Amino acid sequence: MSNRFIPHTDEDIRKMLDVIGVSSIDDLYGDVPQEVIFKEEYALPSAMSEVELRKHFEELGAKNKRLTVFAGGGAYDHYSPSTVAHLLQRSEFYTAYTPYQPEISQGTLQYIFEYQSMISELTGMEATNASMYDGATATAEVMFMMVASARKRNRVLLSATLPERVINVVKTYAKFHGVSLTVVAEKDGVSDLDGIRKELEAGDVAGVILPTPNKYGIIEDYTGFADVIHGAKAFMAINADPSTLAVLRTPAEWGADIACGDGQSLGMPLEFGGPYLGYISCSKSMLRKMPGRVVGATKDADGKRGFVLTLQAREQHIRREKATSNICSNQSLMALYATIYLSLMGPEGLRKVNEMSCDGAHYLYGKLIESGKFEPAFDKPFLKEFTVKTSLDMEKVNRRLLDNGIMGGLLLGDGLVEFAVTEKRTKEEIDKLVTLMLED
Amino acid sequence: MKTYDKLIFELSKPGRKGYDLPKDNFATDGMKEIPATLLREKAPELPEVTELDVVRHYTNLSNKNFGVDTGYYPLGSCTMKYNPKINEEVSAMPQFAALHPLQDASTVQGALELYYNLQQALANISGLAEFTLNPYAGAHGELTGLMVMRSYHMSRGDNKRTKVIVPNTAHGTNPASAMVAGLEVVEVKSKPNGSIDVEDLKPLLDDTVAGIMMTNPNTVGMFETEILEIAKLVHEAGGLLYYDGANLNPLLGKVRPGDMGFDIMHINLHKTFSTPHGGGGPGSGPVGVAEHLRGFLPNPHVRKNEKGEFYVDFGKDSLGSISTFLGNFGVMMRAYAYILSLGKENIRNVGPMATLNANYIKESLKDDYLLPIDGVCKHEFVFDGLKDKSTGVTTLNVAKRLLDYGFHAPTIYFPLLFHESMMIEPTETESKETLDEFIEVLHKIAKEAREIPEEVKNAPLTTIVRKLDETGAAKNPILTYRALKESVEG
Repeated sequence: MSNRFIPHTDEDIRKMLDVIGVSSIDDLYGDVPQEVIFKEEYALPSAMSEVELRKHFEELGAKNKRLTVFAGGGAYDHYSPSTVAHLLQRSEFYTAYTPYQPEISQGTLQYIFEYQSMISELTGMEATNASMYDGATATAEVMFMMVASARKRNRVLLSATLPERVINVVKTYAKFHGVSLTVVAEKDGVSDLDGIRKELEAGDVAGVILPTPNKYGIIEDYTGFADVIHGAKAFMAINADPSTLAVLRTPAEWGADIACGDGQSLGMPLEFGGPYLGYISCSKSMLRKMPGRVVGATKDADGKRGFVLTLQAREQHIRREKATSNICSNQSLMALYATIYLSLMGPEGLRKVNEMSCDGAHYLYGKLIESGKFEPAFDKPFLKEFTVKTSLDMEKVNRRLLDNGIMGGLLLGDGLVEFAVTEKRTKEEIDKLVTLMLED
Repeated sequence: MKTYDKLIFELSKPGRKGYDLPKDNFATDGMKEIPATLLREKAPELPEVTELDVVRHYTNLSNKNFGVDTGYYPLGSCTMKYNPKINEEVSAMPQFAALHPLQDASTVQGALELYYNLQQALANISGLAEFTLNPYAGAHGELTGLMVMRSYHMSRGDNKRTKVIVPNTAHGTNPASAMVAGLEVVEVKSKPNGSIDVEDLKPLLDDTVAGIMMTNPNTVGMFETEILEIAKLVHEAGGLLYYDGANLNPLLGKVRPGDMGFDIMHINLHKTFSTPHGGGGPGSGPVGVAEHLRGFLPNPHVRKNEKGEFYVDFGKDSLGSISTFLGNFGVMMRAYAYILSLGKENIRNVGPMATLNANYIKESLKDDYLLPIDGVCKHEFVFDGLKDKSTGVTTLNVAKRLLDYGFHAPTIYFPLLFHESMMIEPTETESKETLDEFIEVLHKIAKEAREIPEEVKNAPLTTIVRKLDETGAAKNPILTYRALKESVEG
């Protein structure tokens, strides 16, 4: 029976069966109908030793190609200090369960408290939960949060400038839960306040969700939005890339009640799409409608500072079918990732990340426009991601780039191409990209 | 080190830094192109600390944590098995970790092959036709599975099926997921032994029922022996059977959910397939379905063509997408490595050994602890507190006392079937010696409850913090360092 994950010797098993008072392991399954007992062999490979396993992963890994990435679309190739990955390997963190026993989980509880503090600093909001699955599902939960907070209003507006992948997930959640969703058309690449105002007039809108930067990389100007939205007694939420909030006007400064988004941009490995994390921050008045875990500071019996999961009366395991969300976990280890990353970068480091990305992006943008083969899609401010228009055969161009180890821009259709430049991209890499793109 | 109690913010000193970036060689000043009205007024108050500050701080914090690598978790319903180290190594390989999720399929054939192989392995292990790996967690899998259920009925124009039957013993997530999926919950009663009361089920099965959500073994660790009858009744009524994979572990090597008549299920890779719980996540909650439900699975999907190439597919009948990209790939890599390490031979022993361990603990402790449901259990079982109720020592007291002895507590006050529930699940990775130690300590606590009950009621006594004021925390929530500072400064 024994292998490296299953310790029992034959003697152990015999002794244990004696205590139980049965004669064989099969007796432990005596209550299972015979016709459902699985008697075949599993269609799986034979057990691999570590040597074989490593070789198998290396063979699979060799079929992948590591690229110099100039694409974003919700996943950015930012730099992460070596220290982050090292500390994440502390097994006291990664092999721990959810901190339901606070006396032996102060490590987890404290870093979640620090995480909540740091995300709140970035968004400008008073509260942040312990994290969600990803940015898209966090946005869907924000939709529920708005409907649950608004009285008898069941419609939510999404700006069409939100990333398509976010809109798709929110649509799925809305369809099944029965929330009425309206995607308000964009105008010149940004959210249309007039269109939103018109929809709000119906009086059935619980809230409006807007992005920054938006799906084209544009930093939207939300001057006047909060007044219009709040004037119609609706809530305002902004889906924001948290990395960029080190420099960009915060959701709180725009007057939003809720902020949400994906934490991948905080140095997380691309990891073929996950794990990342989703975050939700909100104003104090909406706190009790916010889904997910929350950690609070308190004192122990001796008056010593400690941290606990709090406001649990909101959570699904207590409310059952009265719950407004079914989330019962968080991306805890990724919250630790973000916390350590932000601790190392600090306010200055994160600002520099944005400045360098912004410089690189503007350098590439300038080169592309200069070439005459690309023109601005929208003449709007951007940070690290931007969209241009071209008549080049970009499928062909991107294949050429791939052959040269480069992931080019994302094709948005209608000749629109979206590039992302992070602080990791050098001038030489950008020059090479441009030269290859313009080859014919 | 145990006394370390600083927050990272309290180490901050203006001017300190913990990073280095390359020199900015661009002559362009991009930030100048952004109007000042679009920029934030004040910098965020993030800590300013050195790399060593950060390393010491988080290492010290880790020492305030209990994990599987520290000690034993008898945590019912959570399947806290050992997390093999090779899984951490292979999942961190840059050949995978550096892949952008939108890379062209031709450049990620290895990642897609792994993804596909895991889909296939889970389907075979479960006896179902196809799996999606998109869901991020068990609860997310439940939600996705219920969306599949609704999509199926809606595709047939059977729109009145809006009810889902859930046992009254079910975990709170089941009814919450049903609510989010737009379904109405109908509770079916349990018999005194925790099994579904088939007679109570029958009248509930009408043409408004979308399906039933079950675990098997159920929440008290007992196998639902009438499962085939239940499956027949639900199917005859036009409903589908959903299997909550929280309790899949005891079935590995013995029973496949698909063979019991289940149409949809989710698996918690962080339970059954040994990926780390990570202090609460990330997990992964793949959803499997029977043949007739394949088309409804969420987008995107990984498939293989005739030439043996792997590609990302978007189906037209799909319920839609429930994740930004392809799910928690990093977690999948670990589960895949675990399945390959066990292989088809050793996976057969997982369920039986987990079941052996649970029964061994149960039989060894039923003299001191009240066993409300006798008989052979599967991977877990429930005690209704101490047998001797005269001491006033509660399940919570016993749980906290266990912390003093270096064990994690069991799951307590769940299921709601009993007043003093203590739900114990040992998993197959623990040795007889560990189990014997745990049994000895629980006997000792029972003795203490008789002899020094006040001491047990005051537990824990040796942990780095003692009983925390949870009421105060909820009444006056302090959720950030900024709020904490303000509360201290008054």
